[in-house]
Amino acid sequence: MFSSLKEKVGQVLVPGDEFGFEAEDSISLTESAKPERVVCGPGLRRSGDRLVVSKSGVLRHKPPHCFWIESQQRRYIPAKGETVIGIVTAKSGDVFKVDVGSSEQASLSYLAFEGATKRNRPNVQVGDLVFAQFIIANKDMEPELVCIDGSGRANGMGVFGAGGLLFKVSLGLVRRLLAPHSDIRADLDRLFPCELVVGLNGRVWVRSSSTQQTLIVANLLQSCDTMTAAQRQQLFRKVQQGAL
Amino acid sequence: MKDTPLSNCERDFLIKAIEEKKRLDGRQTYDYRKIKITFGTDYGCCFVDLGQTRVVAQVSCELVAPKESRPSEGIMFFNIELSPMASPAFEQGRQSELSVKLNRQLERCLRNSKCIDTESLCVVSGEKVWQVRVDVHTLNNDGNLMDAASIAAIAALSHFRRPDVGIQGEEVTVFSPEERDPIPLSIYHMPISISFAFFQQGTFLLVDPCEREERVMDGLLMIAMNKHREICSIQSSGGIMLLKEQVMRCSKIASVKVSEITELINKALFNDRTARKAGRKCGFAESLPQERITALKTDQSEVEMTDVSERASDIIQKAEAPPPMAASPVLPAPGVGQVGHGLQNTWGLEEDEEQEEESSGEEEEIKMEEEQREKDKTTEAVVEISDSEEEEVVILYPETTKKPKNAGSSSDQKGAAASKKRQKK
Repeated sequence: MFSSLKEKVGQVLVPGDEFGFEAEDSISLTESAKPERVVCGPGLRRSGDRLVVSKSGVLRHKPPHCFWIESQQRRYIPAKGETVIGIVTAKSGDVFKVDVGSSEQASLSYLAFEGATKRNRPNVQVGDLVFAQFIIANKDMEPELVCIDGSGRANGMGVFGAGGLLFKVSLGLVRRLLAPHSDIRADLDRLFPCELVVGLNGRVWVRSSSTQQTLIVANLLQSCDTMTAAQRQQLFRKVQQGAL
Repeated sequence: MKDTPLSNCERDFLIKAIEEKKRLDGRQTYDYRKIKITFGTDYGCCFVDLGQTRVVAQVSCELVAPKESRPSEGIMFFNIELSPMASPAFEQGRQSELSVKLNRQLERCLRNSKCIDTESLCVVSGEKVWQVRVDVHTLNNDGNLMDAASIAAIAALSHFRRPDVGIQGEEVTVFSPEERDPIPLSIYHMPISISFAFFQQGTFLLVDPCEREERVMDGLLMIAMNKHREICSIQSSGGIMLLKEQVMRCSKIASVKVSEITELINKALFNDRTARKAGRKCGFAESLPQERITALKTDQSEVEMTDVSERASDIIQKAEAPPPMAASPVLPAPGVGQVGHGLQNTWGLEEDEEQEEESSGEEEEIKMEEEQREKDKTTEAVVEISDSEEEEVVILYPETTKKPKNAGSSSDQKGAAASKKRQKK
């Protein structure tokens, strides 16, 4: 299975593609049989003794034995530990209901902010944006968010300040933006200074010195989803010449 | 499922941008988004893209008995389906307020304007007439569904051909397309709906609002007009008070937009007709843009690794010894010394210094080798070793002898630190 997976790395797979064990007809007596281990990431699913592809995209591999499908989906599925941008939709009792773009709304306790106590409630209004982290994200349960890390610090999370623009991009682009030494980010750096908050749920918040610049950054990011590096750099250069 | 709520930040930004006469996608106030009209392989199937908004219209027909009141007129039927595919807020099989509003507007725009000759749809008066049915399905909602739906519906009707019929006495025969060429509907004019969004109690006006603009707007005005500048229907919603001048201005803008869009539809119909006549490929699949997810794929490239180490050592042997770096102490004033390399402050780099100190002594040669290897990769010929420069010490008193290289000559503290480190090892 490992070799057949390895063969397909970098190729486009579609749901329904399968990987099976190759039945070896001879068993060597001298070597002890090593059990093959494969760690399946998103888009690969075990079904009996086979491995079934459940998303369309490019097969990726991380040594030694991690495999996953890199897809361009837009619908977010919560996963524990991921940081997202949410919109507060309701205040009910001691929790906020937060929309993160998944099938279900997440809950965010008002105590899960830095320095919040029963007395000292955080100032969050309906419609505000929060940058938060999933602490519970199970299949059949309501996901739960927090705005503090393990030591009770905000660590960059919390309620957003005024201004800025929120927009949606594909989850693939978000991951590329967040990757270390991201080339899109490097290209953007060269353009003009802007504040960027990237949530793994595909939401990006951007604030720049003027409305015009904010709009330019937002439109650039939305358009460079399916561009090659050369196309993107050409576009960025054009913008730089036109805007500055 | 609930729709994604609009955050306060988006609302504030949109209003601020509109006040600055800017729009989210960089359009001007009176600009339409890009309109793309494509036809399916069958007659009467039309896809319309209005920016990200996407609708499909399909026209079909069947022979039915006419209405009692109008025995010699065909029947037109319009329906807009808001499928959950377009937006998570749309629910299947339930007539929402929006869908009723859109249906009503489409009916007024196309049926009540009498743009289609219904009398020509009569086969046998009082017995058999054609019922033409227009189904508009929304595929994606990014605002301004009405305009997209009206363009799709009228373009599909102009594209549609009904089967020919023959009447012999009492008998009605419907000919298949192979037997006799289908007949197009007779269309008098093309009414097209144009939407205007109003903000801040009518202070600002935008043409073709996108989804987020629609959520922020105060009022909406839809004007259906044909290219002869005849208004077919006009509807205002959102409970906003409009002045006479505003409505007049909107109708003037609408007349310009309608003539542009009509031209576009005619051009699309012409293109489709010529493509069909020439037997070229036509239809939906041909019109799709190719957006590939493999755009970012880079193939694995092989790097020659067989004799890298030999080559590296070869180069090291051949390379001549690096020129000794002469220490050039800068004395800003007599009696003032300077520690470090030029103007750079090296006090913050304690750890690095220690490490370098460790390595600089006995491992200098190995370091050279490493550097050589790096240089080898970048195919640079210049060799410069400057790792020991930071430890250059200038001694203020001329009595003490000046040692050529660092290691031993560094200050007591550093020496102590380094020795400590060595002890640890």
